[in-house]
Amino acid sequence: MISLQNISKKFDDTTVLNNVNVTFEADKTYAIIGSSGAGKSTLLRCINLLEKPTQGQVVVDGIDIVKEKGQLYSIREKIGMVFQNFNLFAHMRAKENVMYALLKVKKMSKEDAEKEAILQLERVGLGHRLNNYPHQLSGGEKQRVAIARALAMHPKAMLFDEPTSALDPEMTQEVLKVIKSLNHRGMTNVIVTHEIKFAQEVADVIIFMNQAEILEITDTKEFFKQPKTKRAQEFLANMI
Amino acid sequence: MNIKFELIYPYIPYLLGGILVTLQIAIAAALLGSLLALIFSLLSRKGGITQFLIKAFIDFFRGTPLLFQLAFFHYGIPQLTGWIPTPYISALIIFSLNSSAYLSEILRAGIESIDKGQIEAAHALGVRNWDITFNIIIPQALRNVLPAIMNEFITLVKETSVVSMISLTDIMRRQQIVSAATYRFFEPLLIIGLIYLGLNIILSNVGKLLERKLRYD
Repeated sequence: MISLQNISKKFDDTTVLNNVNVTFEADKTYAIIGSSGAGKSTLLRCINLLEKPTQGQVVVDGIDIVKEKGQLYSIREKIGMVFQNFNLFAHMRAKENVMYALLKVKKMSKEDAEKEAILQLERVGLGHRLNNYPHQLSGGEKQRVAIARALAMHPKAMLFDEPTSALDPEMTQEVLKVIKSLNHRGMTNVIVTHEIKFAQEVADVIIFMNQAEILEITDTKEFFKQPKTKRAQEFLANMI
Repeated sequence: MNIKFELIYPYIPYLLGGILVTLQIAIAAALLGSLLALIFSLLSRKGGITQFLIKAFIDFFRGTPLLFQLAFFHYGIPQLTGWIPTPYISALIIFSLNSSAYLSEILRAGIESIDKGQIEAAHALGVRNWDITFNIIIPQALRNVLPAIMNEFITLVKETSVVSMISLTDIMRRQQIVSAATYRFFEPLLIIGLIYLGLNIILSNVGKLLERKLRYD
């Protein structure tokens, strides 16, 4: 269970997150939606402290990782992350990208790491791309390698930061299919997305953000039937 | 035409012997300079006083002529300290420091060229800073700036010719000795010119080979 408590984040004079509270439970998928600049990505990046909150607590399995800096590495190990721009290691083959953290962080043997990497890449449909470098892959394939890389660590939670924003519609579908397959398999999934339809399809809970604040945390079905706040109603109306 | 190579033949082994001296200094300075440059370029990312000191160091070694640096260290400083280094030690120290100044700037540019997203991805996986530096940043940075590094090594080989000033018998110095003995200039100069050219052609081919080896796209 991950819980953000009274989180605020300021860059100089700009407030990006203003006293945000939210709890993410296991085996549930959360979609964070809202207009650009609402603070969605920053919120997501606070969960594994890629962004350090100016104030507040990030509690993962009972530990406040803002305070307990020593725990940061072991927590990050348990929280996978997928980025908008894939962020694959450019000098490593697909297989090596997946193996790297298994070797360095999990200290697995080379044979075990390789086995795991192949398994994960096959799961995302890239069994034929093991030895390709990132620049030889399409955008959708890169993103699937990135997902395999995160999944290979067997994380308890997965964070997706606009995973399809850099992809064309066809590639978007192949990536969304993979993300969807992770649903209800014990992990917490948190997805920042502009794909409203996908959010509706995959998420259990919708987190609607506006101007550095969370306006709603609502069950997906209810949210799309009738959002509670006026701002969310407007947002949805503009989407359709 | 006044060319008499036969007068120079007996001295050719002596001239060639200078290659050893030149290479000794160039290789030692390249290795030591690279190591220092790596340390400087990593340290200077930390900011603060370290960054300021490193910048001052780089400014000094890039802002003054190599010949001056060598003379200052070999003839100037001993007047203050009383310790007179051997020409070989002076050359080694000054060439190492000088090339580390240039190389650390090259490396810094290479490090800054690495896309931050990859570093973030590694952080998100729980990889330690040390591993990120040596497994993610350095290999890609090196590969990006390899041509510039080879350029610096080639410059280094040529610049070693100033050690003749502090009476190290490198290739250049040996030409002066041969010319003094034979009163011939064209022939020995032509020969050492070809030696330098040959050395650097080999070096630049090694660089190209290395570039191909480090290639991943």
